[in-house]
Amino acid sequence: MVAATFVGETSILAGQAAWLAVRGKFSLRETIRQMAAMGVDSIPIIMLTCAATGSVLAFYVADVLVRFGGSGFVGGMIALSFLLELGPVLAGVMVAARSGAAVAAEIGSMVVTEQIDALRMMSVPPVRYLVTPRVLACILMMPICGLFADMAGIFGGLVMASTHGVTQSAFMESIRTMATHADLMKGLAKTLWFGLTIAVVACHQGLNTQRGATGVGAATTRSVVLCVVFIFVSDFFLAQALSGASASMR
Amino acid sequence: MSELHVTGVSYAVSDRLILKGVDLEVRQGEILAVMGMSGSGKTTLLKCIAGLIKPSRGSITVDGEDIVPMSEAQLDRVRLRIGLVFQYAALFDSLTVQENVGFGPLQHRTKTPEAVAELVGSLLADVGMPGTERMLPAELSGGMRKRVGLARALANEPGLLLYDEPTSGLDPVIARTIDDLIVETRDRRGVTSVVVSHDIPSIFRIADRVAMIDNGAIIETGTPAELRRSSDSRVRAFVDA
Repeated sequence: MVAATFVGETSILAGQAAWLAVRGKFSLRETIRQMAAMGVDSIPIIMLTCAATGSVLAFYVADVLVRFGGSGFVGGMIALSFLLELGPVLAGVMVAARSGAAVAAEIGSMVVTEQIDALRMMSVPPVRYLVTPRVLACILMMPICGLFADMAGIFGGLVMASTHGVTQSAFMESIRTMATHADLMKGLAKTLWFGLTIAVVACHQGLNTQRGATGVGAATTRSVVLCVVFIFVSDFFLAQALSGASASMR
Repeated sequence: MSELHVTGVSYAVSDRLILKGVDLEVRQGEILAVMGMSGSGKTTLLKCIAGLIKPSRGSITVDGEDIVPMSEAQLDRVRLRIGLVFQYAALFDSLTVQENVGFGPLQHRTKTPEAVAELVGSLLADVGMPGTERMLPAELSGGMRKRVGLARALANEPGLLLYDEPTSGLDPVIARTIDDLIVETRDRRGVTSVVVSHDIPSIFRIADRVAMIDNGAIIETGTPAELRRSSDSRVRAFVDA
């Protein structure tokens, strides 16, 4: 029952935000501000975590592949891992933890301090003023965050692989041989869905905050947990769907 | 100027009745104070009148329009004629005083940015806060926040102004200036006002009529003098406390 209510409410919220966006009923200035806050400001932390993950991945992969004569596959394996899976997912998790939490906390604080009621009293629908700009900003910025995640992860892998005897040219040649533009696009397609999920869940949790400061903390925690769970679960289904789609195009 | 009629309004949360068939009438340009103890249902009643809460039963008519069956979009139209001064001001903390006060007209594009700036300056002067346009809410004291909250509520030129505990948490001197401001606002703009409060001295200073709410029901309505002479023990206990 709770799950059905949650799905219903978030779907309605997403629908309302989409309808307002289509009709141009949102603040462009606020959307740009949110693109900076949710996307641009998240890029350094996304790059750091992805570079570290890329290095660790290369540490294990290069070690094994070089030992068995497969050093020509190191770059391609790391690139495919990031383009298809690690880049989008890690970027999503970091944006959910950083920006999704901030959105839930900000909107939650506005609820408990009656600022949402103040918006309604001035005949400014909270969905129009708060939700639509955040949803648009997150959807637009997530592919860019995913791209930076891919680049940082592959770069981290390149640096680590070079310490295991894989040359830079062999690493890059392996990427060119094994990875395609379609792999990049599949990963970036996932980030669009992650962006929508993060923004809608965070706004929904914020708007449903109850019971003062404790409620704000609880809403923030719920937002991060739900976003991360949805990212991982939906990633499974998206991976199946996207590989099915590309197989049917071949 | 607006006219307000509250008829048989009840509101329940789960099985608990918070408002029990409240009847109220507020005439044009009148200041009606609703007094009662904490938890008696005052703020809930105010939020019902503002359309922020939908009553379980009854009707609330503002200028002849029943707002209870209205959708949120229809309420948005009516709320342009209603201002609410929140207990803790509810100023947008990321916006300056200027942006807070001018928020409504700018969002609805009813005035040019220059005209809004002029309006904000004049409203802030009216509430005794000139020159504070660039300040942030965090830099304001409780009394200053309430004044800015009043200026913001006035920006859409409402006919009905609702005050939620306007003097709570303020020292007696500042509370007195807020009282004066409520009366001045009515006198200057002719707005109909509903003030929810448990501050007895303040209520008797500003109200044309007073309604006593107890346990979700209006138990007596009259002029301040009539309530002072009330024979109801609950009213007496509150007034004489």
